[in-house]
Amino acid sequence: MFGLKGDWSLEVKNRYFTLDDYSGAEPRWCTGCGDHGILAAVHRVCRESQIEPEKTVAVSGIGCSSRLPHYMSTYGFHGLHGRALPVACGVKSRRPDLDVWVATGDGDCFSIGAAHWIHAMRYNMDITLLVFDNGIYGLTKKQTSPTTPLDVPTNTHPSGALLPPLNPLTVTLGITNISFVAQIVDWNAPLRHEVIKKAHEHKGTSFVRIIQRCPVYVESIGKALQDEPARMQLLTHEKGVQVDDSVKKLFPNHAEHDPSDLGAARALAEDANILPLGILYHNPDAPQYDLMTSVGMDMSIDDRLVGMNQALDHFAL
Amino acid sequence: MSQSQISEDTKYLFKRDKTWWVKLAVPRPLRGELGFDLRRSLHTDNVEAAREARWEAIEEFRSRFEQAMAQQGGNAAAAVMDPVEDSDRAVQARDGVRKVDQHIVEIVSDSGEGAQKCGQVLGLVSGKMGNGVWTVEIIPAEIQPPARERQGASGIRVRMGSKYMTNMGDEADIVVAFNEQVLYSRISNHAYRKGTVVLLENMWAEDPDPKIREQYKEALADFEAQGLVVLELPIQEECLKLVPDPRKGKNMFVLGMLCSIYNRDTEIAKNEITKIFKKKSEKVIKINHDLFDAGYAFARENINYAFEIPAAKEDQLKSAVVMNGNTAAGLGVMASGIELVSMYPITPATSASHYLAEDFHLTGGFVHQAEDEIAAIGFAIGASYAGKTACTITSGPGMALKTEMIGLAIMAELPLVIINVQRGGPSTGLPTKVEQGDLLSALYGIPGDSPKIVIAAATISECFHFVVMARKLAESFRTPVIMLTDANLGTGVQPIERPEVTEEWFAAPLDQSDWDPEVAPYDWDKETGLSERPIPGMRGGEYILTGLAHNRNSKIAYDSVSNQEGMDMRSRKFAAMSATMKPPEIHGDPTGDLLIVGWGSTLGAIEEAVDRARAEGQKVSCVHLRFLSPMEPGLKEIFAGFKKVMTVEINYSDVPGSSPLITEDTRRYSQLALVLRAQTLMDIDCWSMVPGHPLQPGTIHKVIDSRLAEMKGAEACSA
Repeated sequence: MFGLKGDWSLEVKNRYFTLDDYSGAEPRWCTGCGDHGILAAVHRVCRESQIEPEKTVAVSGIGCSSRLPHYMSTYGFHGLHGRALPVACGVKSRRPDLDVWVATGDGDCFSIGAAHWIHAMRYNMDITLLVFDNGIYGLTKKQTSPTTPLDVPTNTHPSGALLPPLNPLTVTLGITNISFVAQIVDWNAPLRHEVIKKAHEHKGTSFVRIIQRCPVYVESIGKALQDEPARMQLLTHEKGVQVDDSVKKLFPNHAEHDPSDLGAARALAEDANILPLGILYHNPDAPQYDLMTSVGMDMSIDDRLVGMNQALDHFAL
Repeated sequence: MSQSQISEDTKYLFKRDKTWWVKLAVPRPLRGELGFDLRRSLHTDNVEAAREARWEAIEEFRSRFEQAMAQQGGNAAAAVMDPVEDSDRAVQARDGVRKVDQHIVEIVSDSGEGAQKCGQVLGLVSGKMGNGVWTVEIIPAEIQPPARERQGASGIRVRMGSKYMTNMGDEADIVVAFNEQVLYSRISNHAYRKGTVVLLENMWAEDPDPKIREQYKEALADFEAQGLVVLELPIQEECLKLVPDPRKGKNMFVLGMLCSIYNRDTEIAKNEITKIFKKKSEKVIKINHDLFDAGYAFARENINYAFEIPAAKEDQLKSAVVMNGNTAAGLGVMASGIELVSMYPITPATSASHYLAEDFHLTGGFVHQAEDEIAAIGFAIGASYAGKTACTITSGPGMALKTEMIGLAIMAELPLVIINVQRGGPSTGLPTKVEQGDLLSALYGIPGDSPKIVIAAATISECFHFVVMARKLAESFRTPVIMLTDANLGTGVQPIERPEVTEEWFAAPLDQSDWDPEVAPYDWDKETGLSERPIPGMRGGEYILTGLAHNRNSKIAYDSVSNQEGMDMRSRKFAAMSATMKPPEIHGDPTGDLLIVGWGSTLGAIEEAVDRARAEGQKVSCVHLRFLSPMEPGLKEIFAGFKKVMTVEINYSDVPGSSPLITEDTRRYSQLALVLRAQTLMDIDCWSMVPGHPLQPGTIHKVIDSRLAEMKGAEACSA
């Protein structure tokens, strides 16, 4: 509510927003679903940023993850399967003042929306992109997703997924003009919060893959990681996220990784045996397409009239 | 070595492929006997060797001239090219200028020879001289079809008239062809008639390749059999006198020829040439002026055709702008206050976005080239949701990909302008060619009940004004608006009245005032279904838009009452819009024997055909629909005034009797006919075809005559 301004005078904001100002309807996700924790983190980050709820837009596609906007009391856009990113980019294109979040899942983003994922990353508009990756299609009831691990049985592949899963990190890190790539697990609250906060603060498209538990259909995926924390590796660096020792203790493996080193990020992502957690890549200087698409948006009507007549002059007989 | 030295040194020489040739122009009196020039290969690729060898050939050519002169007694008359006249509209070869009220010229060539540029300038010059003009490009589907390919015709048609021109007209009067092969596809498109004059490049007659010489000879015979009047001209050779490679520049020579034939103002033409090459050097401009002058002089001396197309005073535009329908739509986007166009490349729609990419910044707008058609409309929908005016421009296959998104915009009641420049379908179909095949898919091609506004521009001017209207309708009725145009309007060029843009045309600035939280995001008016929408940034208006069934609070609602209410409200808007509309105007008498109903780009051709039939005493009228959903009111009353009502369309319908299986019961109707039959419960007939080119007024005139004759026959039988 209060803050010291640069000149040491006291800044009094007219409005102060609590968690309630960002939270909407009661979530309908299953008990034990990792999405609850992600939603809590989003609410918290919103509150910390104190961005007006009416300036916040949560965009989603279709799937369990994509219910998120309904649990916000901001503006929201619950659109079509796979198409959250084009809509979010469109929202941002001429409204740089809006704070845009995207909630999507492994099916929504990596399968039906894969083209948009690649291109939205390259556009690098100022959007916070959270991929709820539970390795399964939940809403349509247990079909194989691009990230379903090999041999995990599903309703479309009852004897187990046939192909090795897609690696979203190597794909994302291979795209030109990316600016922020991170990975977390839904069940570690402090790390989850810190990474989503950093992602939100970043100017550009921040891609956060969240390994998310689906206790109803593929309990084994989350459980395997929870039971064996050695399969994960916490990335530490002064330019990365800072978590305290109690969090660090939960992960037996640590690796010092400079997020500005794309080659090293790719190498970490490539290693199938150990999941890196934290910020893999961060480049605050990548060109942002929203700064280009919004050019001219403030032109006055008078100037437009002049421009219009100039345009018509080009065709005068 | 300087440029001028090179040109001196290649006197009498020219290069074909890698080989040097020598040639000498034949004096005029001998051309009937010897042709336009004598030429021979020097069988060398070395310029030095060619320079040496040329003199022997020149000497020999000169001695042949002397012999021929002697035989003719030294006073041979000029060879007069006198074409056969096969129809009353045939071009007459007479000294002196003939007045005509309209003429159609085509220039056809291989891709990349500049025929289109040549025709564009001819059209511009004619427009500046006060003529009505319609030009349309002849575009091959491939970017660089092989040379001398029958299907590879690239070029342009220019229809010039005393009055305002509304369509591309019937068969051409004069054709300039850079090679004989490209004429074939035009012939099969019925672009020419008996008596059409073909000004044909003659270099192929003596091509080093015997196959080409043979093709040329065969083609001449074919053309003669078709009744075309062929005039073989040494265009290449004449251009070689000025430029080493006439593939670039021949078009300006031809422009000069045509400007001479049609007595066009050379100053205006040369100014236009200067404009084309304004980014190039003075030297380039000069050489093109020289080529123009040479073509002009050549035609004056060698082509015995001259026409005058006086400009009708009553048809003058106050202040004209010249453009095609796609550019007009692009300008309409700007004038409507739309600030974002989100597109994916697709023929024949893309040129609208090309234009916008050049000039959109003048009104502060931006063209987003999306990763695919779905993303293109998704991006526009996002911008629209955020309160910005947006548009997406595409063609049939793109529309198919966008259907789910259009459904979302309908469900979520988002304003959006969608321009569909129709091409031939289904599937990839005819990318560069015209068809009106997307009416039904625009109206109904989305799963579930998905009412929306569908309008169709009928003129190039409407391509501009309808975007302005579409943007307003989209916002007033909180709905997507599909605006249909087609390849005919999109690529047809003509002078239109310059729109007087006012600030009321632009969208209102973004509203960010507070929203009364008591007012639901879908505060549907029970009678009209209309509601205001909150825009992100409006405090108190926060809501979650969803494509799922929802209630007035935008809450997901699967219950039957909410679903029924949502459907009712979304549909009622169009009844509300319909209530504000007027019946369409009838062209001709309000009663009669036959009423032609059309929509879209066929307007000009239909009205011209109806006018011709009426001039012959036929009781025929026409109406043209601009609003397809909701439809203009009063159609039943209008139709009731005629013995027969028939649509004329460029889309598919079965012709009864064309197979024993096609009967009145099994026959499939054209698209508008089908809709009108359902809407009016009247027995509406149709005539349609899918030729891939615009309908000619003459064709429609014949259809009118034959339908009226059938009706008379039927009446006589029943009597």
